[in-house]
Amino acid sequence: MTVFEKITLSKAINASLRASMEADPKVLVMGEDVGKLGGVFRVTDGLQKDFGEDRVIDTPLAESGIVGTAIGLALRGYRPVVEIQFDGFVFPAYDQIVTQLAKMHARALGKVKVPVVIRIPYAGGIGAVEHHSESPEALFAHVAGLKCVSPSNSSDAYWMLQQAIAGDDPVIYFEPKRRYHDKSRLDTEAIPYPLHKARVAQPGSDLTLAAYGPMVKVCLDVAKVAAEEGKSVEVVDLRSLSPIDFDTVQESVVKTGRLVVVHEAPVFLGTGAELAARITERCFYHLEAPVLRVGGFHAPYPPSRLEDEYLPGLDRVLDAVDRALAY
Amino acid sequence: MTVESTAQRKTTRGGSKRTTAKKASSAKAKTPDNAADQVEQDQLVQLLTPEGKRVEHPDYAIDLTPEELRGLYRDMVLTRKFDAEATTLQRQGELGLWASLLGQEAAQIGSGRALRDDDYVFPTYREHGVAWCRGVDPTNLLGMFRGVNNGGWDPNSNNFHLYTIVIGSQALHATGYAMGVQKDGADSAVIAYFGDGASSQGDVAEAFTFSAVYNSPVVFFCQNNQWAISEPTEKQTRVPLYQRARGYGFPGVRVDGNDVLACLAVTKAALERARTGQGPMLIEAFTYRMGAHTTSDDPTKYRADEETRAWEAKDPILRLRTYLVAEGVVDDAYLAAVEAESEALGKRVRETVRAMPDPDSMAIFENIYADGHALVDEERAQFAAYQASFADADAVAEEN
Ligand SMILES: Cc1ncc(C[n+]2csc(CCOP(=O)(O)OP(=O)(O)O)c2C)c(N)n1
Ligand SMILES: [Mg+2]
Repeated sequence: MTVFEKITLSKAINASLRASMEADPKVLVMGEDVGKLGGVFRVTDGLQKDFGEDRVIDTPLAESGIVGTAIGLALRGYRPVVEIQFDGFVFPAYDQIVTQLAKMHARALGKVKVPVVIRIPYAGGIGAVEHHSESPEALFAHVAGLKCVSPSNSSDAYWMLQQAIAGDDPVIYFEPKRRYHDKSRLDTEAIPYPLHKARVAQPGSDLTLAAYGPMVKVCLDVAKVAAEEGKSVEVVDLRSLSPIDFDTVQESVVKTGRLVVVHEAPVFLGTGAELAARITERCFYHLEAPVLRVGGFHAPYPPSRLEDEYLPGLDRVLDAVDRALAY
Repeated sequence: MTVESTAQRKTTRGGSKRTTAKKASSAKAKTPDNAADQVEQDQLVQLLTPEGKRVEHPDYAIDLTPEELRGLYRDMVLTRKFDAEATTLQRQGELGLWASLLGQEAAQIGSGRALRDDDYVFPTYREHGVAWCRGVDPTNLLGMFRGVNNGGWDPNSNNFHLYTIVIGSQALHATGYAMGVQKDGADSAVIAYFGDGASSQGDVAEAFTFSAVYNSPVVFFCQNNQWAISEPTEKQTRVPLYQRARGYGFPGVRVDGNDVLACLAVTKAALERARTGQGPMLIEAFTYRMGAHTTSDDPTKYRADEETRAWEAKDPILRLRTYLVAEGVVDDAYLAAVEAESEALGKRVRETVRAMPDPDSMAIFENIYADGHALVDEERAQFAAYQASFADADAVAEEN
């Protein structure tokens, strides 16, 4: 059995962890509540039962400790896959991630590898309290030595995690928590798409929407609505935020002449800013409009009763599409 | 060789510092030294048994008036009622989430009633009973759980800081606040609440270090409710938590967290130490989280029913009532009056929460900076214009 016609994104991650652990006895899963409970989102459900407490580890409640010891385990030859319970709780580990994990390979002149994968359920849309809905990816993508990826569907979730685990660099794997229960197709024997390559999720000719993680679905919905209005929107799923596959975006923009970048994270100094700068540089004479961004404000993530207005949704993205097409 | 001797020197230096600190504190300490011996035997400080029998403890005496005793009972009943009401409101979709304090009423009311008005509290997200003692209107606590704000009360109006969700952070804030109290020469004390899980956080360890080094007037009140979501306390520590204090150079005590009298007596003593320049103290209130971690959690996944049932027999409210009835401190009329008051509170909470309006969307841009910020101003204006564009569209639609 290799094809799941409809599998949730969270079950795909579970299957991916399972496959990685079966393939390599050095792969460990560690974090708060990942064992007996199977994680607060049940992403690691059943893994401890099947792989034992030695490999699926309920850690003390200390993120710096989790990442710091994962680094040590990696130095000893293990491949720890660490779960941070929610986006807003990664910061006690930020020091370990930025000053140690990211730089160790370089400091050792390439003599050591630190293949730690940090899974972070991130972004909003689930009506949660403070610190449970943030999009901190730019804070990690900004750091040399880290790779950052974010899947938008079950197949990518499955393959990208295994690729991240198999790779020798530290990877921050951002899981779009509001898509955990979304179902899509997964073929576990397909030839995997390259980890850091963007993908055209919906071809179009008038305008390019670039997004990743939870916003890909919003952009696909936008493309549908726009199509009804006679506008052909291409959606590029970036998939990887460090490195970013600028070539694929460039190719798309050369064709459409317009780019709107969409993410939940604040736009100020975010992924969209980087894309705007690079694509403007690469496609200056192809652009019919300035690169626009739709994203979070320079504000703390608001209380949940305001998140629908804060988050980029159909209306806000369509508004940007209209503005870009009006040039 | 060099490395080794440096390490050696460091150990000696650290060691001698600790010895000095310990000497200084034991010279000044009001709490008798045998308190340390007592805790060494792993004993709970208990003044009221689960059966409701009053017992004495050599170090922690308490003598309350009938009125004070009745007050503690009333506080616990009303807090439990408020908590149950909030759980129901979550089920009904009025709140997004609720973190119940069920089972921890004695720990919170006992410690909360030990505080003076000028003392300052740094809570986690579960200290609804302490908030009650501080006079924070319970309905104010519900805003963040409903999703209309991220805090919603003025910390300074009741000396009760905002709830802190990021585990352990507030232990450092409490320590710093206490350092300020000390610099001001005031005799207020500060209390930091946190859980057994939080005891693993670096922030909590650092708070212990800072408070010990500066001899700050802070009390660390750890409610060991046996669980950190699905992880039992054994996943956090190999020694009883109160013993951690020793290594930092201040005393730690384990108290029966379901005994409101003991919690009150021990917290009073700890606050008194803090006020009189004797530095920090760790209280481990040994209690139990009777409910789920939050309304999002399903404890049947990780803990046995028998365990929960065994703790039911140690219920904090029941044991106080048994004692008060036996002593004739309360009669049926009083119990009925508290019951009626609790029903009224429940009704008020329901009505207030249901009437809580959603915030205006422009609130997204409020209070981000004390001194203002150009980017926020720009984005606020853009967002207002964007929203107005819909109003225009609506108006056009209406006209047509
Ligand atoms: C830094 C951080 N990591 C993880 C979490 C998620 N989380 C919320 S409560 C909790 C368990 C806390 O246990 P404990 O300290 O014992 O307090 P209790 O909930 O039992 O009162 C966890 C892991 C968090 N809020 N903050
Ligand atoms: Mg706990």
